[in-house]
Amino acid sequence: MLFATEPLVRWKWVGDHLDEIWQDLIEHIQLTAIAVGIGFAISLVLAIVSIRYRWTYGPIGAFCAVLYAIPSLALFALLIPIVGLGVVPAEIALVGYTLLILLRNMVAGFDGVPPEVREAADGMGYEGWRRGLRVDLPLALPAIIAGLRIATVTTVGLVTVAALVGTGGLGALINDGLDRGDFPTPVVVGSVLSIALAIVLDVMFVLIERFATPWRRRQRPDTVINPDEPVGAAAAADVAGGELAGAGAGVASGG
Amino acid sequence: MSAQTPDVAIRLDQLTKQYPGGARPAVDSLDLTIPKGELVALVGPSGCGKTTTLKMINRLVEPTGGTVWIDGTDARTLPAHELRRGIGYVIQQAGLFPHRTVAANIGTVPALLGWKKDRIAARVDELAELLDLDPTLLRRYPAALSGGQQQRVGVARALAADPPILLMDEPYSAVDPIVRARLQDELLSIQRRLQKTIVLVTHDIDEAIKLANRIAILNVGGILEQVGTPEEMLRAPANDFVADFLGDDRGIKRLSLITVDDVPLREGPVVEATDSPDHARAVMSENGVDWVGVRADGRLLGWVGEADLNGDPTVGDVEAKPFLATFRPGMSLKAALDGIVTSQTRVAVVVEDDDRYRGMLTVDDLAEGITASGPGEA
Repeated sequence: MLFATEPLVRWKWVGDHLDEIWQDLIEHIQLTAIAVGIGFAISLVLAIVSIRYRWTYGPIGAFCAVLYAIPSLALFALLIPIVGLGVVPAEIALVGYTLLILLRNMVAGFDGVPPEVREAADGMGYEGWRRGLRVDLPLALPAIIAGLRIATVTTVGLVTVAALVGTGGLGALINDGLDRGDFPTPVVVGSVLSIALAIVLDVMFVLIERFATPWRRRQRPDTVINPDEPVGAAAAADVAGGELAGAGAGVASGG
Repeated sequence: MSAQTPDVAIRLDQLTKQYPGGARPAVDSLDLTIPKGELVALVGPSGCGKTTTLKMINRLVEPTGGTVWIDGTDARTLPAHELRRGIGYVIQQAGLFPHRTVAANIGTVPALLGWKKDRIAARVDELAELLDLDPTLLRRYPAALSGGQQQRVGVARALAADPPILLMDEPYSAVDPIVRARLQDELLSIQRRLQKTIVLVTHDIDEAIKLANRIAILNVGGILEQVGTPEEMLRAPANDFVADFLGDDRGIKRLSLITVDDVPLREGPVVEATDSPDHARAVMSENGVDWVGVRADGRLLGWVGEADLNGDPTVGDVEAKPFLATFRPGMSLKAALDGIVTSQTRVAVVVEDDDRYRGMLTVDDLAEGITASGPGEA
């Protein structure tokens, strides 16, 4: 049988292997969620340290940038002799790749809290930790979520590569297809699902942001009290969010 | 040990702030007593430490020397956040929390103090009414509000837990002059009702004169040059710095502090509508003018010039020209001066609230008014 006669997708194969494909998809989601989740927790700690002790931000940022710059294939391979095959080396590498994006966006988000709002909060009698939780964090949320979106989409793509160290997920499906050489169906199914997953997760974060930051929703024309004077905060936050997403996307191409 | 009288709300005792690396203190051994229920304005050029002084009262800036006594208690004896919950704070750009509705913004301190939800809601409604905020605004976010409305919300938020003391840091410098004037009037009317102790920082001497019971003028380095009522200060500035800061129109500014009520009015050249033209001419020459006011039923109809008096049997038969502006007893002498210089008759006509004629003022009367209200320095 010539490769040329082989169609891109054999639907019968897909139908026969639905359970397997579903399993791979679930694994893919789990791998992504674990990586972004752990990456988020570590980044939050790093961001708080960076803001609290400003001089640490340079070294911490540089360390994350170095992690980010290591080629993913090389990193997966390098980790095998240290921690063996499987999920552990994969997650270590994946988490490493999320840190730079998440950290930079978090720090920029906290830095973007208007100083007069901070001062008002202190003047009202917020204790430091409470202000962080009730004032700084919500206002930094758009930037933080912008970071999560980029980190998540990047991770979904990287998880397919991680299959090389035996993690499963949609990458396993793709590898399976590549191994057979003349049977593209698993490659196509794995890639399409990976892309679809990235889009779905991205949209999910957009919805989460809309839900979590109701004050940033565009006001309907009849609810704007004074259209001549659209006062600062929301507009500024829009600009900040946009810049951050852009900056993050710029870095993302390096992974 | 604090030796406070019951009428003192805040006493600054040798208060000093030396920033690390600063050549000299931002505020240097400042002594200032702020009586209960008064609005005291801290005024001065940039770098005079007025904002630093204000922030030392609620400890947003920690003093490096001296003591802030609040109601007889050393401010350092309380945790900073507890101290601040008992002191209202209003800042320049309102500093509203953009992620909270207007109602939640106003309810900030009560929520921190752990009030029950219904009590907070009731208090928010009360303050919305006090500050003339449309109740529909309460559900909105601050971004939907104009600058003036945001500043009103900022004041409502500062008043929410009914603190006896209010600190205001350049509250009106970011709004346009028309809105500013209105907000200032509102503050005066709120202050008449609530009698808070207010410390207001401003670089605008006119704002201080308009709002304050007492003004403290600070020089660069937090040096107190003079404290006194606006009237005292305008009448007798302590030194050249204060005089310069008050501006070269101190006399005019003093006029803005004195009301028409405070000076004796003159009857002026006025005749009844039923009087004869001859009588009118006699009154003119008696007063050294070429016009008379025409009165009927206690009201001033207007004025007629000497040239208008012809063969008519009474002054009332001549068509009287209206006075362009009339003034009421509560209005300032500054307004009256404006009326005098823009009128043909060179007088300001004062009428009662029911429009009955009360008297008139000339430039001489205003000058007398200033001298009479205290010994002039010149």
